[in-house]
Amino acid sequence: MDVSQYLEIFIDETKEHLQSLNEQLLILEKEPENEGTINEIFRAAHTLKGMSGTMGYKRMQNLTHNMENIFSEIRNGKMSVTATIVDLLFKGLDALENYLANISSTGDEGTEEYTDIISQLDVCLKQGLGEMPAAAPAANAAVAVAVEEKAAEASSDKEKYRAFKYADHEKHAMNEAIATGQHAYGITVFIQETCLLKAARAFLVFKTLEGLGTVIKSDPAVQDIEDERFEFDFSMVLITKESLEAVKKAIMSVSEVDSVYLSEIKADEIVMPKEEVVEQKQETAGATQAAVAQAPQAAAEKKQTTQNSKPVVNRSVRVDIEKLDDLMNLVSELIIAKNGLVSINNADESAKQDNSGFNEQIEYLERITTNLHTSVMKVRMVPLESVVNRFPRMIRDLSKKLDKKMELYISGEDTELDRTVIDEIGDPLLHLLRNAADHGLESNEERAALGKPETGSIILNAFQEGNNVVIEVKDDGKGIDAEKIKAKAIAKGTITAEQGDAMSDKEIIDLLFRPSFSTAEKISDVSGRGVGLDVVKTKIESLGGDVEVRTTLGQGSNFIIRLPLTLAIIQSLMVELGTEKYAIPLGSIQTIEDIPVSDVKYVQTKEVINLRGTVIPLIRLNEVLDVESVKAQDENLTVVIVTKGDKLAGFVVDNLIGQQEIVIKSIGKYINNSKMISGATILGDGEVALILDVNTLV
Amino acid sequence: MADNVSTMDSKQYIVVELGNEQYGIDIQYIDNIVRMQRITRVPKAQRFFKGVINLRGEVIPVMSLRLKFDFEEEEYTNKTRILIIKPDAQASVGIIVDAVKEVLTISNDMIDKVARDINDERTAYLSGVGKHEDRLISILNIAEIFMEKEAENA
Repeated sequence: MDVSQYLEIFIDETKEHLQSLNEQLLILEKEPENEGTINEIFRAAHTLKGMSGTMGYKRMQNLTHNMENIFSEIRNGKMSVTATIVDLLFKGLDALENYLANISSTGDEGTEEYTDIISQLDVCLKQGLGEMPAAAPAANAAVAVAVEEKAAEASSDKEKYRAFKYADHEKHAMNEAIATGQHAYGITVFIQETCLLKAARAFLVFKTLEGLGTVIKSDPAVQDIEDERFEFDFSMVLITKESLEAVKKAIMSVSEVDSVYLSEIKADEIVMPKEEVVEQKQETAGATQAAVAQAPQAAAEKKQTTQNSKPVVNRSVRVDIEKLDDLMNLVSELIIAKNGLVSINNADESAKQDNSGFNEQIEYLERITTNLHTSVMKVRMVPLESVVNRFPRMIRDLSKKLDKKMELYISGEDTELDRTVIDEIGDPLLHLLRNAADHGLESNEERAALGKPETGSIILNAFQEGNNVVIEVKDDGKGIDAEKIKAKAIAKGTITAEQGDAMSDKEIIDLLFRPSFSTAEKISDVSGRGVGLDVVKTKIESLGGDVEVRTTLGQGSNFIIRLPLTLAIIQSLMVELGTEKYAIPLGSIQTIEDIPVSDVKYVQTKEVINLRGTVIPLIRLNEVLDVESVKAQDENLTVVIVTKGDKLAGFVVDNLIGQQEIVIKSIGKYINNSKMISGATILGDGEVALILDVNTLV
Repeated sequence: MADNVSTMDSKQYIVVELGNEQYGIDIQYIDNIVRMQRITRVPKAQRFFKGVINLRGEVIPVMSLRLKFDFEEEEYTNKTRILIIKPDAQASVGIIVDAVKEVLTISNDMIDKVARDINDERTAYLSGVGKHEDRLISILNIAEIFMEKEAENA
């Protein structure tokens, strides 16, 4: 059965089920006796098993089946929920997520079996049912595997093909061949060292093999072999229907071939290069626990490689049917309005004299397009929930890893953001949460000594504020010590001691957002590599937002992210410079002022104004943008006061045109963009106006 | 028979005029030819980029081939055209030429390679000189003209 058409649905639904499993499992960990939860888990696991089976993902089905067994016993009351079981189940979920990631990027579940997880699940099951003593058998089995691996390794220095790194298309070719009942053989041929024409011999070997099947890879490359650029051996991968023996015989029939090593490449070897498997199995021999930890890691590496390739599934948005109905209604109205205009046009002259009907229709049309725009925007909106719902699980894992008690409170997860923003915001939030958990919260003992509740709180709060969405990541930890940062910055040479003394605490804390600035004394794998905060800042700024931090020493920190509701359409102020028109995003405009020329002062030869007690630098846009000003020098300057974070600047413009809703377009990659222009928009008369990037100009 | 040969070893070129010279552009790159229209200047862009235009709702950068080749700046006439070119599938770019003459089929063996003069980077923009009857048509190397842009940006 061809199930590819269901792939998208499968991926979406699997994601939902995995998410719900994660959530329910977290609840189960806290309330092991909660019957409703275990029923829910069982149902989700069962559905998942059924779905993956139907789609032909056997490995995924197998793993789910083993997990389901445990759920089933727990449900029947034959097993109790222990920390080990929950940990193991979480690992199982991670493995399932890896399968899913593989499927959505390649359409195939991959070849990782996660046998270690499955065998541990099995052990757990039997243990829980009182059928088997401690984990010894699993360890034994693992040792056996390791011995086998070592034996294999001994001969592997001759079997050079084992060191092959396969490109994706080669793996694909092999997988396909194996699936269609052919064999993939790794072959290393040694030619007698007395051989004079080794290239010719190699050519004969290739010729023989080509007669049997297809050579998909060779080392050295075929061209190098033909040019005799190799020692006395070469390796290749052959896909053929013939048996191993037949291939060996065929190669040996070429004269002056010294020896040949070959073996079949199994499907599971294809994805993981040989050395990695050996390494991992040896870990298994050492400690079963360690191996389990290894598996997700190896999987994570793999995930990274797959993420680079283009996903096979289109990105989709699930849309509430009501939102679509709204759209449909608006489009119908649009048609009616158009017909209204047509009929006015067709009406006789006397009616045309009377403009009121026409104006009425125009107004009607305007109302519809505005509503239509809002509706379409709503369709693109996704609740923040889809990003944050994986965080409780992450905090749980971090809590165990860092040995700190902590709890994540999420509120406002129903706040909606544009799909493009949602896709990008996950990583920055992850960074901030990790920071809060690792650097923000004190250790259990410290907290107790300070008289704080032992369990630290991390609060993720989201809400809408005008045209922005605000996301806060708060913790009740130790806060940020400005003195410490100052000392560090001076030590690192980021600032001088004099500069440090002149800086306010806020300015010093902002240093945290500079590239490679980490104050963690010891580098942990959770955070502290000094790449965190500046990456967060860059990412959020690229989304058109900004991030600030408020902190009270000893009481905690609060990172505040402000993001625009949508990226594609923004409100802007249109201004005129000479004969040119530019748009300034309304979100970054604070006020518009009329300043008498006589009020302009100079500080270090730069023009500034003193506006209600604040000194604001002036930026003459016509100079920055090389516009010839046609306007005679007035007595008053029109100054648009813009903000970047808490920095203010005044843009001097020639004229204000007014507020307008604009659609952002890119200006193309060929034209050299100085970054002062963030895009372009098309005005009502078809003219192109450029959008100024306030962040770069200030 | 003769037709078969010509379709196999020849290409169609759009012939444009710059001053008194004629240039050929491989027709496969051409997306569109439009009349001169209002160009919005982009500050701090390369000198030969005149700005951006609105082509049916898309914003497309436009460069002057004359400025690119260090000719005198053009005067826009009734014959001035903007050729919309797609050097790759995602991005379009416009080039301003004095006039668009015709479409010519030139067989590959009628095109002479030009030697690249290291001192004159403009020779890199040509992939050859084609002969058609008694006319000489310089064939533009589109990939080269726009590839350089990215290097400059970097």
